[in-house]
Amino acid sequence: MNPTTHADAAATFVRDAERTAWHDQALWFVRQRRDLAAHAVPEWEALRDLASAIKRHTVSHLADYLEEFEQRATRNGVVVHWARDAAEHNGIVLGILRARGVRRLVKSKSMLTEECRLNPFLEQHGVEVVETDLGERIVQLADEEPSHIVMPAIHRKKEEVAALFHRTIGARDDPDPAYLTEAARHHLRGALVAADAAITGVNFAVAETGAMVVCTNEGNADLGAHLAPLHIACMGLDKVIPRTEHLGVFLRLLARSATGQPVTAYTSHYVAPRPGAELHVVIVDNGRTEQLGRPDFRESLHCIRCGACLNTCPVYRRSGGHSYGVTVAGPIGAVLAPGFDLAAHALLPFASTLCGSCADVCPVKIDIPRQLYRWRQLAVAGGHVSRRKRLGMRLLGATLAHVSRYERAGRLVRRLLRSAPRLLNRPRLNPWSRGRELPVAPAESFREWYRRERGSR
Amino acid sequence: MRGRVALFVPCYVDQFYPQVARATLELLERHGLTVEFPPEQTCCGQPMANAGCERDALETAGGFVRAFAGYDYVVSPSGSCVHHVRHHYDVLEQTDDVRRVRAAVYELCQFLVEVLRIEDPDVVFPHRVGVHVGCHAQRGLRLATSSELSDRPGGVMRTLLERVKRIELIDLDRFDECCGFGGTFSITEEAVSARMGLDRVRDHQRHGAEVITSGDMSCLMHLDGIIRRQRLPIRVMHVAEILNGTAA
Repeated sequence: MNPTTHADAAATFVRDAERTAWHDQALWFVRQRRDLAAHAVPEWEALRDLASAIKRHTVSHLADYLEEFEQRATRNGVVVHWARDAAEHNGIVLGILRARGVRRLVKSKSMLTEECRLNPFLEQHGVEVVETDLGERIVQLADEEPSHIVMPAIHRKKEEVAALFHRTIGARDDPDPAYLTEAARHHLRGALVAADAAITGVNFAVAETGAMVVCTNEGNADLGAHLAPLHIACMGLDKVIPRTEHLGVFLRLLARSATGQPVTAYTSHYVAPRPGAELHVVIVDNGRTEQLGRPDFRESLHCIRCGACLNTCPVYRRSGGHSYGVTVAGPIGAVLAPGFDLAAHALLPFASTLCGSCADVCPVKIDIPRQLYRWRQLAVAGGHVSRRKRLGMRLLGATLAHVSRYERAGRLVRRLLRSAPRLLNRPRLNPWSRGRELPVAPAESFREWYRRERGSR
Repeated sequence: MRGRVALFVPCYVDQFYPQVARATLELLERHGLTVEFPPEQTCCGQPMANAGCERDALETAGGFVRAFAGYDYVVSPSGSCVHHVRHHYDVLEQTDDVRRVRAAVYELCQFLVEVLRIEDPDVVFPHRVGVHVGCHAQRGLRLATSSELSDRPGGVMRTLLERVKRIELIDLDRFDECCGFGGTFSITEEAVSARMGLDRVRDHQRHGAEVITSGDMSCLMHLDGIIRRQRLPIRVMHVAEILNGTAA
């Protein structure tokens, strides 16, 4: 299997200089809103420490808290299902839907179901799925993948959305955001009213109460879940937190980190089914316990999917979410994806300068650059990078390990740069020189000067 | 301050930017130090290790430790290399020498401010200057507060530059965004790397900088490559050259 070539997709993205600038600025704007919100909370760093500690504790007692959650939820009348992987998850969901003859389904707030590729699976089996969150609906109508875990259609300009809505839902070709939102709302109301079932994600599952907490801005999770007689909540098993009081920590961090809002417009607590309705939860592993078993990467399970590391990443902002080729793009995605399939995603950990901004912006203090660095070592050790690179690095290592070889190589490179700069300045031979000049090489290295001037000392 | 001081010159600085190494050496000497340049030194090993080839870097890293084992301070005009030694030498067996070298290694500005306690660099630099803090110095070594944690730029390099006479430090729209160099990233992700660099240069230009300075010549090598390709009226200069007073 070919490793995902983020570099190729990114190069294509960057070729449109104007669009790259627009995309970069759109996300930087969100990052700046996050800064304003975060810096306005004096105890922000204490909150991050606390959140990180709660997650560390939870992840090290994950089985206990998941069982506690299952017991409480069951006692509340929720039907709890366990899924080992994406296929099992999809099968369970389809089974529930089939048993109740569901034909039309509305969905809100679930990156997990994207990860499991639930939509195409259900559609294959004759269930119509309508995404109800605006961004998700846009990418669904455009037949695309989300490019961002919190703002799935952030890569689309409003003019493009207007053209899409005009073509697909009969709206006017008008890029006014208020109009577009209104058009989507009218279009979605029909689907919400007609739905036989609703699927939502889960932001936090509280072990001590069995409650599932969903944070939204549009309120569609509530509309869907409260209108339909069947609500299925789908969650990764990393979503459990021990107590309700911990929500006070995570909810303060989540929206501020994600969009710069103090809190999302809706924070919905689903505890028990309505009279006459059903509430199910599917708890999915899909590679998470395997990641839990890797001490170097366990911390990645702390992620609360706020998207702040995507917004801040200078590489993500200039390459777009689709360039990563996975549901969770950006820095945290480049840590998670190799855990699912290292061979397929071996190059993602290299799609970073290791600048560290992701770690500093992360509300649960995940040291993403350290894990990217670690995955790089494993990608190379596993033979997942090109032979050319392996040999090149071995040669470089052998050269730099001995001062005489190092000096000889240095002299050679400088001589080449001085006598035949065009030889090295060929973009096909040397990608550096596609957008940059090579350094102007001096006749004398520092150590040569030092020997000459200071040698007698 | 007591103890033996060694100068570590990163490989690419030794070969391509000898004036930066000389400025560092002279700067330390100007402040009264006797500085040795151990001739067996080559490289810290970061180029291989960052590319995922940590094992190909072991011998080089071992050589680094041998070259600098006898010193109390190892000063280098590179936050990135210092970061590598401090944070990634855990793959070596932690002998006394390894532990000692990892603790002894210092980025130049941090050494000047925190060890030598220099308050007045006593130099003139009558130019409009944009400050670029390398990410490994900034977030790795915490030598400047990052924008994620504070809305104000700061740090040891800025502290020194603020006291340079007649210098004008300009504000930037994004005071600590990565320049996009990233070691082999600059080759494997060439397109994004070059775009990041161009965006950085433009930010400095927009605010009227004549000079972009940094404690890391690798960032500047990348930015300078873009500046020269695009023939932009701005230049790069390592902070040692400004603080040494030889570059005005």
